[in-house]
Amino acid sequence: MISREEVLHVAGLARLELTEEEVERFREQLNAILEAVGKVAELGLGDVEPTAHPLDLVNSWADDEPRPSLSVDEALANAPDRDGDLFRVPAG
Amino acid sequence: MSWEAVIGLEIHVQLKTRTKMFCRCAVGALDDPNTRTCPVCLALPGSLPVPNRQAVEWTIRLGLALGCEIAGHAVFHRKHYFYPDNPKGYQISQYDEPLCVNGRVRLPGPDGVAEIGITRAHLEEDAAKTLHVGGAEGRIHGATASLVDFNRGGTPLVEIVTEPDIRTAEQARRFLQLLRQTVVELGISDAEMEKGSLRFDVNVSVRPTGSDELRTRTELKNMNSFAFAARGIEHEIERQIATYESGGQVEQETLHFDPNREDAPPLRSKEEAEDYRYFPEPDLVPIEPLREWSLDELGGKLPESPSARLERVLAAGLELRDAEALNAEPARVSLFETIGEAGVEPRAAAAFVLNDVAPRVDPARVDGAELAKVLRERDQIPREALDAAVAASASKGFTADEYLRERTVADASELDPVIDRILSENGQQVEAYRGGKEGLLGFFVGQVMRETQGKANPKVVNERLREKLKT
Repeated sequence: MISREEVLHVAGLARLELTEEEVERFREQLNAILEAVGKVAELGLGDVEPTAHPLDLVNSWADDEPRPSLSVDEALANAPDRDGDLFRVPAG
Repeated sequence: MSWEAVIGLEIHVQLKTRTKMFCRCAVGALDDPNTRTCPVCLALPGSLPVPNRQAVEWTIRLGLALGCEIAGHAVFHRKHYFYPDNPKGYQISQYDEPLCVNGRVRLPGPDGVAEIGITRAHLEEDAAKTLHVGGAEGRIHGATASLVDFNRGGTPLVEIVTEPDIRTAEQARRFLQLLRQTVVELGISDAEMEKGSLRFDVNVSVRPTGSDELRTRTELKNMNSFAFAARGIEHEIERQIATYESGGQVEQETLHFDPNREDAPPLRSKEEAEDYRYFPEPDLVPIEPLREWSLDELGGKLPESPSARLERVLAAGLELRDAEALNAEPARVSLFETIGEAGVEPRAAAAFVLNDVAPRVDPARVDGAELAKVLRERDQIPREALDAAVAASASKGFTADEYLRERTVADASELDPVIDRILSENGQQVEAYRGGKEGLLGFFVGQVMRETQGKANPKVVNERLREKLKT
């Protein structure tokens, strides 16, 4: 079972601020998800290789050929704030 | 009690591909800010990463050069953290299935060869560059805003992690130097610390000599040269030993080493354990190198490793300092060896390559065998002739003969008759010399030089004159 502390820890890592009511709601939801996924553990999967990707596909890539980048103004179009040609954000 | 240090390194090397790791923006961290971005490296919604095939190939080549096993199946993972340099909220990296594992590098030094294990070498993307403003100049603490340039974000980055097999600060410096040369000579990175294309962290702990325990380690970050790193490590080793010897405990911490000061002040102590919530990157499929490349072929194309070269040069009996100076360029070493094979003693050959050749001509273009012929006669020819030979040695059609023509007459059997004649013609001066006016030696030397039109070797002339004037 996921505890209240674990919910707060994960929220902290994700930089989320939760109300008391949200902590309880997410705790229940996370437990429900883990329980559902836990069904898989009931199967004997000792001999099955872990799956990193659902597609039976490997080595998908591109050659090292440059394509045009965005213009500075396009790049900064969604910036909350800018300082010259730099994104300006609250200190990290 | 005697102590030994246990040192491990983590090195990041930017690959010099034309494009970024997961998008086709041109790599150009130093170009005008935010001119090398696209929806992928800005993390705009709906964009998808596509790996750079060249970066994968180069990482495998590096892995082979470091004696690693290349994974049959490698996977990219998401490594989550929040910081303005990372717009996705995760960095695409590798976790438990990296491209290269279990390497081994020979580290030659004055006391023999150490073997340094390579835990792994994996491929990831570099972060954007942030500039902190508002607080004290450029410092993170007290800053009110961060300015972000995404040009660097997404540049292919190889992370190399060593086993804690390094025992001294000097070994760490030498390892970093050789690793740097390795990537430069493979042609996969500029590896310039000033430009940030090579960066490294050092983990240091100490233990009683001979024990195999691993004690609490500290991490040294932000070192901007190998020499500063060596000094920082040295200090940290001394600090930890002093801590234990006074009955204290070393605490796990990260030390940011500032080269302008001689100590490494703690920045953050007892940091919350890192929790990156790795999981396989669902937007990328696995890499299976053996389906795409023949490792024999990739490995067969590798140049000789700088470590093997250094080992050979040290074995020839050179001091570390000269050996490393030669090893800085493969061509210096091969010139050194060609000259050595032509019969010049190793120390003299090294001094010649380093002091006479390297500052003036490109050693790669020098005909070493011809130049060695001139060098062997250096005592018999004027200094100017040797200098002229060096200057010409990288030119087409260079031959030693032209410079040896000025060879001086050093053969006593050729000089003796001349000397005898001059002595018999100048009986008065001979008397005076033998009577104690030894300053007259110069007069006789001058006569012999004039008689031989300057071809006589002054050293031999002096010797023969002294000998004959004695009797």
